[in-house]
Amino acid sequence: MNAVDLHRRLERNSGWLIFGILFVSAIGGLVQVLPSVLDDSLATPAADAKPYGPVELTGRDIYIRESCGVCHSQQVRPLLAEVRRYGPFSKAGEFAFDRPFLWGSKRTGPDLHRIGGRYSDVWHRLHLLDPRAVVPDSIMPAYPWLGERAADAEGAIQAKMRALRRLGHPYTDAEIDAAPAALEGLTEVDALVAYLQGLGTPGGDAR
Amino acid sequence: MAAGERYHDRVAGWLTGFAVLWSLLGMTAGVYIAAELVWPTIDFGQEWLSYGRLRNLHTNAVIFGFGVSALMATAFYSVQRTCHAPLFAPGLAWFVAIAWQAGVLAGGVSLLAGWNGGKEYAELEWPFDIAIAVVWVCFAVVFFGTIARRRIQPIYVSNWFYGALIIVIAMLHIVNSLAIPVTWSKSYSLFAGAQDAVVQWWYGHNAVGFLLTGGFLGMLYYFLPKHADRPIWSYRLSIVAFWAFTYSYIWAGPHHLHYNAVPEWVQSLGMVMSLVLLAPSWATMVNGVMTVAGAWEKLRTDPALKFIVLSLAFYGLATFEGPMMSIKSVNVVSHFTDWTVGHVHSGALGWNALITFGTFYFLVPRLVGAELYSTRLANWHFWLALAGVMLYVLAMWGAGVSQGLLWLSLDEIGELSFSFKDIMASMAPYYALRLVAGVVFLSGAALMAINLWMTVQGRAVVRVAPPPVAEGAV
Ligand code: HEC
Ligand code: HEM
Repeated sequence: MNAVDLHRRLERNSGWLIFGILFVSAIGGLVQVLPSVLDDSLATPAADAKPYGPVELTGRDIYIRESCGVCHSQQVRPLLAEVRRYGPFSKAGEFAFDRPFLWGSKRTGPDLHRIGGRYSDVWHRLHLLDPRAVVPDSIMPAYPWLGERAADAEGAIQAKMRALRRLGHPYTDAEIDAAPAALEGLTEVDALVAYLQGLGTPGGDAR
Repeated sequence: MAAGERYHDRVAGWLTGFAVLWSLLGMTAGVYIAAELVWPTIDFGQEWLSYGRLRNLHTNAVIFGFGVSALMATAFYSVQRTCHAPLFAPGLAWFVAIAWQAGVLAGGVSLLAGWNGGKEYAELEWPFDIAIAVVWVCFAVVFFGTIARRRIQPIYVSNWFYGALIIVIAMLHIVNSLAIPVTWSKSYSLFAGAQDAVVQWWYGHNAVGFLLTGGFLGMLYYFLPKHADRPIWSYRLSIVAFWAFTYSYIWAGPHHLHYNAVPEWVQSLGMVMSLVLLAPSWATMVNGVMTVAGAWEKLRTDPALKFIVLSLAFYGLATFEGPMMSIKSVNVVSHFTDWTVGHVHSGALGWNALITFGTFYFLVPRLVGAELYSTRLANWHFWLALAGVMLYVLAMWGAGVSQGLLWLSLDEIGELSFSFKDIMASMAPYYALRLVAGVVFLSGAALMAINLWMTVQGRAVVRVAPPPVAEGAV
């Protein structure tokens, strides 16, 4: 039976057509994506990586909420110019606690994977609330509302940490119990700055 | 055929109307974010006008509002005619149409409120993910149900593409959305880090592949032969191209991750398969061009056909540029730059929007039984659209290539030649040009909306019945 005859059969039977499409389109995923998802070396945390603390985690979720990632990547490629500009190139193990990953696909602003420790907290706060106060011709948006709101107004931090623990992040009960206290009195911008300052410095002390 | 049986075209008509509204809304959001990159303070300190949130509204409104509504409209319209059978479960078809609009609208509001799953083209949070899956399954039931009760045996090629759209998007959406909910507006992805990246770009690239490319090829295969009044040039080529497309597209996702922290073999495979993809993509283009060849004289009188032919040209351009950008040495320059944005829009404006506009100019008069209100306006729209997309793409090529090269540029002693901020500042003219391009393109679309609205005002009642089928032909 030649290919055209085979196809005549497929195109006369909707069940076979559906099956054919599903089968043919699944191959790529099974051969390429599934092995990556099962490849432990991609999911093993780097030696000094640890899960985000409650403040950093809250900051990261604000970063996601504001879609900072549509203008900022978090992925330093192993290219000379890039390492010069941003710092050591990114490795898979550094992202083991990133749900979802935030590598981004567009650099309207600079890469942020190694931003931690590069500026002071005060600079970040000023910059986030009004970028043009510190970088006059910046085209980054201002985020004045971050300075006005409590970091965890929803009171969701414990639920978040428990959800992540179910996914394998090693939070202890004590850490979860202490989380609300750590966020007490902080605003959203405080949490976001804490997240930025921890970026690219797994364990918080690599710099 | 039961006496009095009719095609269910009203649902296709409404979906067409919704698609036009979404195109205006989505592109207005596009113009607004383009303006924010020129004047960053025009969000006036309002959260919901902030660039990040508005950009998500833009992509979701154009892809899921405009794109999917247009695909549903044309799928419902064409599947009945290619099967000589009215829609299966028309009530469910109405449910799909309305629920989809409500979902995208509520989803859009949630994006402005800052609900965000954090994955590109999959920003909507888990309650919407579930709703999307349910509506999508209903869409599948209506579509394949109609095919199952067809009165001519071979399933026409447009339906393979619409079918692949439905099946593959369901698979991608379900896997990529797997997450643990925390609150109504927050969930954490089941995958983390590098693995999440591989899964996400398997989804992201193929959402483009099977929705913005494959789905719209379904539209092409039905409406192009109708317009040109000629059968598809090569049936065999359409078979080969379809299966090669369905097989190879799925592999290409990792070209979004070149030089990122994913295994080398995954990147290389993604690159090779992206190059392979050029063959089926262009085979389809050749098939389309050869189908119009011989009907060229219609181009002078039929603005709808002009849109479709131009969209084929942009389809060819974008499906050539894509594989080129997948080559690692090119990607080193293009990745993370506005070149990607230019590539996206040469496809989105040049291919998706133009073919849809052409199809609507053809479809709406037929749905309402009236002549198109104004051919002149449609011709104006054509030139505005062409000027808009050309300007857009040129501006982004300029911006992207210079960003890519300047970022990588080192001086004699190996120091960076330019600071990031200087390069950013040099983008201003390109961004201004893109804004102009967007306004031009959007005004064309507004002319279309007026034209179609006036056409609908002159409507008559149209009911089309399936042609009688000879006894025993089924
Ligand atoms: C419209 C795109 C855009 C968005 C959205 C955006 N930024 Fe920026 N960002 C920029 C640009 C452009 C620069 C460079 C100019 C400057 O420093 O302001 C920048 C610079 C930065 C810097 C300084 C980096 C350096 O190396 O000097 C940080 C930190 C930063 N952004 C964080 C954020 C955070 C956090 C968010 C989300 C709350 C965000 N950005 C949203 C465009 C953006
Ligand atoms: C008036 C017309 C339009 C304008 C002015 C416009 C503008 C924009 C802008 C400014 C961005 C953000 C670019 C960046 O990140 O720097 C964007 C992104 C995007 N737009 Fe549009 N857009 C228009 C029409 C469309 C249409 C019709 C579609 C799809 C059918 C579309 C699909 C997208 C997609 C998918 C992205 C994300 C690109 C990426 O992540 O690389 N756009 N658009």
